[in-house]
Amino acid sequence: MRPLKHLFGIADLDREQIEYLVNLGDSFIEINRRPLKKAPTLRGKTIINLFFENSTRTRTSFELAGKRLSADVINISASTSATKKGETLLDTGQTLAAMQPHVLVIRHSLAGTCELLADYLPNTALVNAGDGAHEHPTQVLTDLLTLKQAWGSPEGKVITMVGDIAHSRVARSHLLAAKKLGYTMRVVAPKTLLPSQIERYGCEVYHDFDAALPGSDAVYMLRVQTERLTDSCAFPSIREYHEAYGLNVKRLRAAGSDCIVMHPGPMNRGVEISTDVADSAKSHILRQVEHGVAVRMAVLAALCGGHAEEKKEGSRKQLSDEAMQAQGTLL
Amino acid sequence: MSGILLIKNGRIIDPANEIDEVTNLWIRDGKVAAVGDYDGAADEVIDATGKVVCPGLIDMHVHLREPGQEWKEDIESGSRAAVAGGVTSMCCMPNTGPHIDHAGVALQIVARAKQVGLCNVHPIGAVTKNLDGKELTEMRELSRSGCVAFSDDGLPIWHAGVMRKALEYSSSFGYLIIQHAEEKDLTAGGAVNEGWISTQLGVTGMPAVGEDSMIARDIMLTKLANARYHVAHISTKGGVDLVRSARADGLMVTTEAAPHHFALTEEEVLGFNSDAKMSPPLRTEDDRLAVIEGLRDGTIEVIATDHAPHHEDDKRCGLSCAAFGIVGLETMLPVSLDLVRGGILSMSDMIAKMTCNPAQLLGLGSGTLSEGVDADICIFDAEATWIVDREAMVSKGKNTPWHGKQMTGQVTHTLKAGRLVFAGGKVCG
Repeated sequence: MRPLKHLFGIADLDREQIEYLVNLGDSFIEINRRPLKKAPTLRGKTIINLFFENSTRTRTSFELAGKRLSADVINISASTSATKKGETLLDTGQTLAAMQPHVLVIRHSLAGTCELLADYLPNTALVNAGDGAHEHPTQVLTDLLTLKQAWGSPEGKVITMVGDIAHSRVARSHLLAAKKLGYTMRVVAPKTLLPSQIERYGCEVYHDFDAALPGSDAVYMLRVQTERLTDSCAFPSIREYHEAYGLNVKRLRAAGSDCIVMHPGPMNRGVEISTDVADSAKSHILRQVEHGVAVRMAVLAALCGGHAEEKKEGSRKQLSDEAMQAQGTLL
Repeated sequence: MSGILLIKNGRIIDPANEIDEVTNLWIRDGKVAAVGDYDGAADEVIDATGKVVCPGLIDMHVHLREPGQEWKEDIESGSRAAVAGGVTSMCCMPNTGPHIDHAGVALQIVARAKQVGLCNVHPIGAVTKNLDGKELTEMRELSRSGCVAFSDDGLPIWHAGVMRKALEYSSSFGYLIIQHAEEKDLTAGGAVNEGWISTQLGVTGMPAVGEDSMIARDIMLTKLANARYHVAHISTKGGVDLVRSARADGLMVTTEAAPHHFALTEEEVLGFNSDAKMSPPLRTEDDRLAVIEGLRDGTIEVIATDHAPHHEDDKRCGLSCAAFGIVGLETMLPVSLDLVRGGILSMSDMIAKMTCNPAQLLGLGSGTLSEGVDADICIFDAEATWIVDREAMVSKGKNTPWHGKQMTGQVTHTLKAGRLVFAGGKVCG
């Protein structure tokens, strides 16, 4: 398998790497259920979680993942960081990298954050914990672990994803993963919430939720950012959104008895998903949360392992002269 | 420059006078004396064997950043970049700080450019005060102060009512309005062309229809006002079609294309390449081919670079946050020569789009080798190859999408009023 240097997105992973991470995550589930939740895998490793956007589950799961594998973990949120003082993203990244962490986990509203930083932080493994509307690879790996547990394999299955596809990094990562792993994505939204030429991912596009339900093996509800919806004229009201695209028991029934329900969280009960569905036996939402820790353990372990290997081989990517200079002037 | 200079044995191309032949060009006291035979002895000789000798190029769309943002570019560095690219006249856009919305700034730019003395600089005055799209500037005074056209470039003249008045007022005195055609309601927050690429990157797109709809509206207003209207940096198939049809209807509508819009597509931004970010953005292959067709059939009369130097800090902040624009002066000619190599344009037609066509549009009186005009000359080797190196660029701006790419066609000499201002790869003086 190609060793992992960073995790920018599903786009950069091949099927073998995806399956490796999911399977490794699978093996870590058990550690999280032990009375003593600790393994020595990452002892002596330093991980910095740098979050420029609010996050409960992603940040907590990265933190727990690192700690349960015995790494030293630091969390930095934008509200307490130097960015408030006008420091650029690049400077913040380089400053933290100068403290020699093994892994920098980053969430930022800017699409391409990791791609931007990578050229200037050659010795740090970067993990994308969500960059704008671009990618959220660990969420999708989490979902794939959940699907593995539910189905064995997602191949040939149909996942119907509903909501603000246009602004969803989870949607983009899933659309990429679907092609690589052989499952079908149905995206459901009004045109105001679909990005341009979405069909080029090879997905099925629906505007009518009810028409998309039959044959769905999973219904994946996206969180509605209520302010974004109405401010941008994407939807006239939450009430109408719920009527058109909310998942309720009646709709779930129409999807078939084996259909499962997923959501990346946090949920808006009564908006995109009704409480009875969210709390039903069909809901895998809390399993996704649990698997999120295990998958992030896998990602961190793979990166730290891969990184050490790479250093031994001395095969680290050559720095461009410019990056050298940039690094030189900073140090 | 006094004395007689002979540029010997070059392929002299002067589209305005329909000259394209291998012969001699004689320059006396800084003016063109003759093409061909001349009764006199040369004090100095430049051997142009195997090279093209043409009027100095005119770039009617540049941003020189002075006054206000001299860390990005200034009149001197911009002039040096210009002559390195064979450009001897350029028109600078008014989005400086302060803006070119009153005579003082225009006069200052003209004076500074004269002092630098490398390249003619013609300011383009703002259409509205502070470029805020509300009140018209004193166009008559700006014109007297050296402004050769009017634009709020960087921003559209957005409100239809203001645009109507701008077209009516400017055309009363024969002035040209240059529009940055962008319906901001449709492009807000956009960084790249809207389409498959923007979707994959998760970056907000700027739809082609944002440009097309503004051009369509403006053409209607141009007809109403019986005005002169010029679309800056046209980038879409829809826009080219609209301009073609307006011209067929006899309207005074013209347009220009930037080399990046006929040479590159939106694919360049994959990998979040902010050096391929500009406004209007790089579009699709269909749009690129439509721009080329517009150049071929004459719908697009002018090639202009939209030279937009930025400091690297303004570019190294991620694609969505990065400043719009790329530098263009030093790559204008070799990139445009691809049109000749590709059989789209004759050498003479290509040169016309960078010399006499913009000169006529703006009434500059330059862009030809007619006897008696200032000897602003560009000599280039159409076959010479070189690699673009951002660090070697003369402009302060290093923001080029062509870094590391091979160019075919290299300027060997640039003369301004008979004086060598660029030769042997170096700016003189």
